[in-house]
Order: sequence, then structure tokens, then C-alpha cells
Amino acid sequence: MSRIRWHIVVFLAPAVIVYTAVMIFPLFNTLRLALYSRVDQERIFVGLQNFQSLFGDPIWSDQFWNALGNNFWFFIIHMLVQNPIGIALAAILSHPRLRFAALYRSAIFIPTILSFVIVGFAWKLILSPIWGIAPSMLDFVGLKSLYAPWLGKEEYALTTLALVSVWQFVGIPMMLIYAALLSIPEEILEAGEIDGITGASSFWKIKLPLILPSIGIISILTFVGNFNAFDLIYAAQGALAGPDFSTDILGTFMYRTFFGFQLQLGDPHMGSAIASAMFAIILVGVCIYLFGIQTRMRRYQL
Amino acid sequence: MHMKTMSIALAGAILATGAAAQEITIESWRNDDLALWQEKIIPAFEAAHPGITVNFSPTAPAEYNAVLNSKLEAGSAGDLITCRPFDASLALYDAGHLTDLDDMEAMSNFSDVAKSAWQTDDGSASFCVPMASVIHGFIYNADAFAELGIEVPSTEAEFFAALDKIKEDGTYIPMAMGTNDQWEAATMGYNNIGPNYWKGEEGRRALIAGEQKLTDEAWVAPYATLAKWADYLGDGYEAQTYPDSQNLFTLGRAAVYPAGSWEISGFNAQADFAMGAFKPPVQNAGDTCYISDHTDIGLGMNAASANPEAARTFLAWVGSPEFASIFGNALPGFFPLSNTPVELEDPLAKEFIGWRGECESTIRSTYQILSRGTPNLENDTWGASVAAIKGTESPADLGAKLQEGLASWYAPQQ
Repeated sequence: MSRIRWHIVVFLAPAVIVYTAVMIFPLFNTLRLALYSRVDQERIFVGLQNFQSLFGDPIWSDQFWNALGNNFWFFIIHMLVQNPIGIALAAILSHPRLRFAALYRSAIFIPTILSFVIVGFAWKLILSPIWGIAPSMLDFVGLKSLYAPWLGKEEYALTTLALVSVWQFVGIPMMLIYAALLSIPEEILEAGEIDGITGASSFWKIKLPLILPSIGIISILTFVGNFNAFDLIYAAQGALAGPDFSTDILGTFMYRTFFGFQLQLGDPHMGSAIASAMFAIILVGVCIYLFGIQTRMRRYQL
Repeated sequence: MHMKTMSIALAGAILATGAAAQEITIESWRNDDLALWQEKIIPAFEAAHPGITVNFSPTAPAEYNAVLNSKLEAGSAGDLITCRPFDASLALYDAGHLTDLDDMEAMSNFSDVAKSAWQTDDGSASFCVPMASVIHGFIYNADAFAELGIEVPSTEAEFFAALDKIKEDGTYIPMAMGTNDQWEAATMGYNNIGPNYWKGEEGRRALIAGEQKLTDEAWVAPYATLAKWADYLGDGYEAQTYPDSQNLFTLGRAAVYPAGSWEISGFNAQADFAMGAFKPPVQNAGDTCYISDHTDIGLGMNAASANPEAARTFLAWVGSPEFASIFGNALPGFFPLSNTPVELEDPLAKEFIGWRGECESTIRSTYQILSRGTPNLENDTWGASVAAIKGTESPADLGAKLQEGLASWYAPQQ
């Protein structure tokens, strides 16, 4: 193998160069930036001091743990609401006798292609206590007493935003599961029928085990997406993630620190430290999935 | 085609005059004022100074600081920089991006208070020409007040009595403000009514010097007053945003709007009822009143400007009474800081600026020096003011929390 296969290098080069320039270099530069600080207009190397204050100084650590906790809650809501609903919708859509399946499929998928800014703004208007249709719709069915200014209350705001995000993205798990369900051969289901497995139990006993790998992929996509989330919170609640930081997640915390906010000047070094922590959290989560779960998952040859 | 003929004609005109045209660009966050600059300010300047063309190039307010910083780092920023007050601009000066303007004659047209927002801490260098300030107070629906027979309040007791009366009647929401965006609670709440408690400059300077603490009565009492506001805000005020509040008031659904004078031109355009303004109420009739007359906009020069002479000429003009008069009347609510009095035409703006004669002026308490560290006092004040209105924390606890945060990095408070 002494001969270099040039064609491989040439074919790989564009992808490697572009990917390095826009992904790998910025990533490592961010990690590097986290080890510096700015003192009197000079950038100096401070080692792990930024991380020390991030985890050790209550001014930073309180905000960090608050954001991390909120982020987990955001993720849990997605896992408990978005993915089961997505699977259920896919199961219903793949039912051969359902009419207008294509219409439903598109309708449910459309919010996914909307911009966060539009979704955030539209839902803010829907839920607005002043102009929103939410209070009047509840009033119409006589449940006005259930209405609260959800986005403005510490105890509800994050859950409300998580559900808005679920509404927006439920189409993704639906589509992936739908594709997985369609790829299950008819013969298997028919063989099951001969053995007496029909209706709902054919879903639980045959289809669900076969789509488990897809559910795993969806879970990990949800995890990465949620821990990188920022846009919806920023669009709906601003960089201070109000009320009283109750919707602050790692993305908004990082943005506020990195770029600054109002009178708070940006601190790229501390911001990079938070970005590095986010990267580490996501890396650990993905590793747990890859090595702890995916390798043990049973796969079936179809 | 048309553009091309235009530019040829323009080039011809320049050649004909024989002067090499200098083009200068202004960086700003006031994208709302684009038309005003292009139609009034720049033509007035260019008419008086042939040979200099001015280009106004604004960015969205929320992105301005970040965009400007990157442009300055990259060397692509315009010749003139619109200055945010205090530390944001001081940081630019310290980094060598802004020029010291102390030697400019026009700087003598401004008082020390006006210049303080764009000076080094020791006052040895001024780096932006003060352009305008904004004044806090309350704008009210004059028709509604007349209809309900309410007198304009001047003391706190009268203020709450008026709100009670409006609430009892039920036609109007007594006060239009929400806590969703947080900053209104601090800016139009705490820093609006607060100066009457901490006696304006006296208290503000004592806080910077470390002689007063945020746990002192003067700094905690405004939170106790804000806590009483909740009863008079609209249903679901917790999720009411700033534009919601503006619309509630201009649609005539609310009677009082805790305001900054920058609202005037927008409200004039939107509201079809008579409006008036009253200053933050004092505790007892006859007390000295204090108003927040906040230095908000200045104009500085990029140290790396390619046309420093043209830029200086423009700055000198911005410091002149002529500019003050154009600017003040074109943008009612942004009050020129120049020592020469400016005759304003807008009645509401006149009302606001009239308070300068009756009351002591101060600026927002958190802006100078005190918001330099982490945690950031201004941002924390937003949260504290919201918590006070919602009643989620007691005023004393809020004061203690803010004091602890400030003392954690600010030596005079330790």
C-alpha cells in the first residue's frame, strides 16, 4: 500500500476542507477560547479558571444549574409528549384504510418548516391575555377559569414553550417512524395474523420491536436538538429568558454571556466556556446512547 | 439607467466644483429615524458643507452593539459612531476605537452632566458629542381623565386615588404596563419613580461612592410602591409585552402609561385622543421633585476613520444649536442636551421638557459604573422590579439580593 491513491484524496478534499473550515476549526477554536480571559485589553491564558468560576462561583453556577435543569425539563417534555404522539400519529397514518392520509401528513409536518421566529411570535399572540384567541376559545367552552397568562408565569412558562416546540416538531418523529413502519414487509404481518396476532397487538408485538432502532435515533436527535435549543426561547421570551430566568436554557445562557445583553458587556471567553460545557454534555449523552443503548439493541433482519 | 445618469451627473457636478468629495458614514441603532436623517438632518448639513456627503447606516437596536464591535475589530466601521451611554462606549474608547474630542470647541456647548455619559471615570477625556436625552414620567389619556373627572395627580396619594377611581369605573384599564419583557418594570417603573425616593443625583452619587446601600430605605421603598401597581395593571399583565402595552394605551383602552419621552412621536401618530403627561408623583405635596433625564445618545468618531476632518466637521455641527433645533423638533421626545435652549413645538414634548425647570434632573441609577461587573446590576434590577410588581419577593429581600450582587464585585460597596 505504498502508492497513494490520489483519487481518494481528491474526492474527499472538498468535503473535508469545507467541513473543517465551518465545523471542526470553529469547534476547537471555541474550546481554546474558553481557556483565555481578557484583562485590561489583553487576552491572557488562564487555564481552567473560566470553568472554575462557571461551576464554583455561585454567580455563575446558580445560573448554569438553573439552565441545565430547565434544559432537562425541556427534553423530558419532548420525550414524554412529542415522541409518543409522533409514533401514534405514524401508526394511525400507516393504517391502510385511512383516507386523506397524505393531507394529514403534510398538515402535521408543515409547522416543522416554519421559522422559529414565526412560531414564537404566532404562539405569543395566540396565548396573549389581551389579543389572544386562547382566552376567548376557553371562554367559548366555558372554561375561562382555566386560562392563565402562561408565558408570564414562572411555574408554567417553560412547559408552555416546550409544548409549543412539541407542536412545531412532532412532524419529525412522525415522518421517521412512518417510513420505518412502511418498510415492514407485509409477509411478516400476515405470518403474525396466521398465528393470531391482529389489530393492536400486531402493533405492540411486531411493529414496535421492529421500529425500536428508529425510536432510538429519534431520541438522540431530540436530545441533541433540545440541548442546542435557543431560537424559540429567544424569539418568545428574549435573551433574559423571563419570567425570572424560568425559561433560561443553556443556549440562551450562552448567548447572553457571549454577546452581552443591554448593559452587560459580552464575554466571549466565559461564553465559550459555557459552549464547551454544552458540547461536553451533548457528547456524554450521545456516547451513553451509542455505547450503552444502541449496541445492545436487538435488530431484526427483515 | 436612471441611476447611471444620476451618478454621471453627480460626478460631473463634483468635478465642476473642483473639490474632492469626502464621504462619511454614520453607524447607529436608530433605524426608526432613518427617514428623519435622510430627509432633514443630512440635507441641512450638506447644504451648509458642500463637498462632504453623509451616509446614515443604521442597524437593528438589539444587534447594534455586537455588529458595531465586530465592524470596529475588522476595520470596516463607519467614520462616525452613535454612542450608547456609559460603559458600552467607554469600552470602545478604552480599546482605542473612539477619538478623544476634548479639544473640540463644540464640546463647551454642553453641561458636565450631559457629557458625563461619554467620559472616562476621572472626566479627563470626552469621546462623544452628547445628542439627546429621554425623560421619564407618565402619559395619560386626557379624554379619559376628563370623562371620569380626575385631576392630574402630583402626590403619590393622589396618584393611587386616581388609579382607584379608574379601576372602580371599569371603562379603562388603570395603567398599561406588562412584566413580560422585564425592562419596562425597571426603566418605566423603578427608575421612573425612584429618583423621588433617593433624591436624584444625591442618592445616585452616594451609591456609587459606597455611602448608601441598595438595602437603604430610599432604594427599597420604590419596590414597595411598585408592588402596589399590580392591582392596577390589566388582566394577565404577566404575559403582556411592551408593544401590547403601547397598543393598549394608544387604542384608548388604558388611562395611564408609565412612559419614557421617546414614546411621544409614536403615540402622536397612533392615538386619536388628547394626551397629557405628569411627572413621577412626590410623597408629600411641596416636596422637591426629581426626574430621570437620561442621557441616551451621543455621537463619536471612529479613531480609524479615513476622513477625520470631514467627521470632525460633522461632529462640530452636531454640537451646534442649529442641529439641536432640527433634531429636537423632528424627534419630539429626544431632548437636545445643548446648553442653548431649544424651542420645541410638540405640546407633549414641551410638557416633559418643562419639568427640567421645576425638578432636579438625574440619570438612571444603574447606568454609570454600577453595571460594569457580574452580576450586572441593570439586568438584575429588571428581574427585581418584575418580582416586586408580581409580589413574588418582598422589597427588603430584593434590596438585600441586589446589594449582595453589587458588593460581590464593586469595591466601594464591600
